[in-house]
Amino acid sequence: MTIVGPVLGRLFKAVLTLLAIAILNFFLIHAAPGDPAAVLAGEAGAADEQMIADLRAQFGLDQPFYIQLGTYVGNVLTLDLGYSFRQGAPVLDLILDRLPATLILTLTAFGISLTLGIMLGVAASARVGKPADSLLTGFALIFYATPLYWAALMAVLVFSVQLGWLPGFGYETVGADYTGLQRVGDILSHLVLPALTLGLFFMAVYMRMTRASMLEVAQQDFVKTARAKGLSPSVIRRRHILRNALLPVVTLAGLQAGQLIGGAVLTETVFAWPGIGRLMFESLAARDYNTILGVFLVSAAMVILFNIVTDIVYGLIDPRIRHTA
Amino acid sequence: MKYFKLTTFLVAAAFAQSVSAQTDGGRLDVVIQPEPPGLMLGLVQNGPTQMVAGQLYEGLLRYNSDLEPQPSLAKSWEIAEDGMTYTFHLNEGVTWHDGEPFTSADVLFTTEFLKDSHARFRASFSHVESIETPDDLTVVIHMKEPYGPFINAFETGSMPIVPKHIYEGTDYATNPMNATPIGTGPFKFKEWVKGSYIHLVKNDDYYLDGLPHLDEVYYRVVPDAAARAVAFETGEVDVLPGGAVENWDVKRLTEMEDVCSTSAGWEFFAPHAWMWLNNREGPTADKRFRQAVMFGLDREFVKDVVWNGFGTVPTGPVSTKTNFYSDDVPMYPHDPEKAKALLADMGYDGTPVRLLPLPYGETWQRWAEAVKQNLGEVGIVVEIESADVAGWNEKTANWDYDMAFTYLYQYGDPALGVSRNYTMSQIKKGSPWNNVEGYENPELDKKWDAAAVEPDLAKRAALYNEIQKEIVEDVPVAWLLEIEFPTIYRCNVKNLITTGVGLNNGLRDAWIEE
Repeated sequence: MTIVGPVLGRLFKAVLTLLAIAILNFFLIHAAPGDPAAVLAGEAGAADEQMIADLRAQFGLDQPFYIQLGTYVGNVLTLDLGYSFRQGAPVLDLILDRLPATLILTLTAFGISLTLGIMLGVAASARVGKPADSLLTGFALIFYATPLYWAALMAVLVFSVQLGWLPGFGYETVGADYTGLQRVGDILSHLVLPALTLGLFFMAVYMRMTRASMLEVAQQDFVKTARAKGLSPSVIRRRHILRNALLPVVTLAGLQAGQLIGGAVLTETVFAWPGIGRLMFESLAARDYNTILGVFLVSAAMVILFNIVTDIVYGLIDPRIRHTA
Repeated sequence: MKYFKLTTFLVAAAFAQSVSAQTDGGRLDVVIQPEPPGLMLGLVQNGPTQMVAGQLYEGLLRYNSDLEPQPSLAKSWEIAEDGMTYTFHLNEGVTWHDGEPFTSADVLFTTEFLKDSHARFRASFSHVESIETPDDLTVVIHMKEPYGPFINAFETGSMPIVPKHIYEGTDYATNPMNATPIGTGPFKFKEWVKGSYIHLVKNDDYYLDGLPHLDEVYYRVVPDAAARAVAFETGEVDVLPGGAVENWDVKRLTEMEDVCSTSAGWEFFAPHAWMWLNNREGPTADKRFRQAVMFGLDREFVKDVVWNGFGTVPTGPVSTKTNFYSDDVPMYPHDPEKAKALLADMGYDGTPVRLLPLPYGETWQRWAEAVKQNLGEVGIVVEIESADVAGWNEKTANWDYDMAFTYLYQYGDPALGVSRNYTMSQIKKGSPWNNVEGYENPELDKKWDAAAVEPDLAKRAALYNEIQKEIVEDVPVAWLLEIEFPTIYRCNVKNLITTGVGLNNGLRDAWIEE
């Protein structure tokens, strides 16, 4: 395959980029006011200098800055994410604990939004100017413009508090000890509201993008040619227009995929979903340096990974890009 | 679904129980917010940790809502008349959750352990000369000097007894057992799913017969305040601890059917809110300006509107709930004219003052806006700043503010929770829990020090009266509110709050009716 070479090159660059990001993150987080020792001592509501000094020494914050940086870079290079003194556990364990919940949520939302978005976008573009198109674009605009936080709360109020159809928060029924299919069903019922809330926004984005892109491509000469050849409208739409119109959608999907790990902070907070977004947010508030750096690093790796994947997908969809790569 | 389960249980329990007896069994779901960083109470003492770990660990004493000491791990105690010796007699037959016997050696070890990790313990035990354990069930503490508030220093959060057999000779902070805490308390640690819940189960070998009543307790982590209100509305949780929901939701929730609320259970802490006024520089360094702030603030309005009527407007540094409170002090009613006169007298030139609210949610933001408006009406220009918790710590600890909100616990005695904010020995950069405002009054310092070690109660009270009268005249800080955090719960949960620390050790006696 012709893509192997470029991909190897990209991977090498990706590692360098990641290292640069890690170092930049380290500077950024240390530039924020306060440190984990002060926060932890502060939460006790009473602290003396000895307590803060002891904590700093325990966290290694009494070391000169360059030594802390060196230790961190060394850790990153050996794929060691360090230890969270606040939570008393290795950062990798903390992240892996939260990973399944986050991936279930973000992948579901990703799947829903991408599939529905493209389908509705195609449908709307086929009926451009007609009532169905106006209706679809109208809804998309509403989903697009509604703040995620508000939409989430409204969904909880309607479907959980008023109607009582779905659980309003959490990952599964606590203390129920379900197993097997029953547990899957339980998690799914908890998943509906957060996944829809998170997915609807991106669905609107994909739909609008697909629709606009379809309409643009439909004006191009090769489409006229295809039509002149006597191909049926549905074949033209599917094989000629859609395939070309998908490129900008793939770009956006690549961006969303990059946020699969850390991009659901709000949704996870409102729905008490025990994911990585919350871990990141809470660690940031607590200045839990190692944890926050760990989550940042994993998120950055995801972004870079999906950039590469996006480039490969471009090539699969459009051979011209493959050859110029 | 939980509600179905609960109903099933309720039906089953209704058949099993006799009418008057306290029902055993059942499960209680309590909101915990924010998620605690750890549960080893000897190492971590923040609010959520105390609330959960207070069921796992115990202190030598408990305190009722009048702050009188009650038996806990110690079944009885004596204080020598000169206040120099404290003797504790421990309960017999107490075991740790892993089955090891609890003895006086654990108490002695605890005093070593906490010296390394617990600032408040360190302060109160700095008055201790030596500790003896003549036998397995007796602990004798010899003092360097009589220290008035010492008998208040044995509550679970202030001195949690930790197991010697687990921690002796180890590095406390990294001991793997910190993840599965072992205490003597009525509940045992079962499981902690980070980000979701903490599960405690009944300690079947608890040394008090018939206690605890509950089979299990789930502490539920719900990070969003509105979602916590919803969790209570939908029946997912049974108890909302004080401060778990925003104030404006309290009314709506307490008006629901079969929902009760109480302000009890905070007497020991008596959270006291004030605004630090920087005594070192700027307009706030002038006493007349600080008095003008006090006259300018409509504190009753804030209590009624921002805090929905909860709390008490304080008269000075000591809470009405704390021992040695005195109301014989200068009063500062809302009096804009007096404030303007004071400002004119000092020649205030309109220099803006910065106000740093506490980053603890909407209530505090609204409070800052009320202060800005009040002070604007008397001609003080206020600029509201913002910071997250770590940023707030940093700014206040390094005295980079003009006015800043805070609130602190008083722990039942002025010498434990009040003097630390006003004496010169407590002016130390780097911590926001001391004399951050920079108030200097050497004459008062002597009285604070004398009152702390005065064995005669009447003389102690007289000293604190003098202190309060004088310090309120000086207005080192602007006292805003004795905060009340109502606990909201289902009415069928009985005996939930039985001590001055409320939920922090209340589940021992709690039971669910029907």
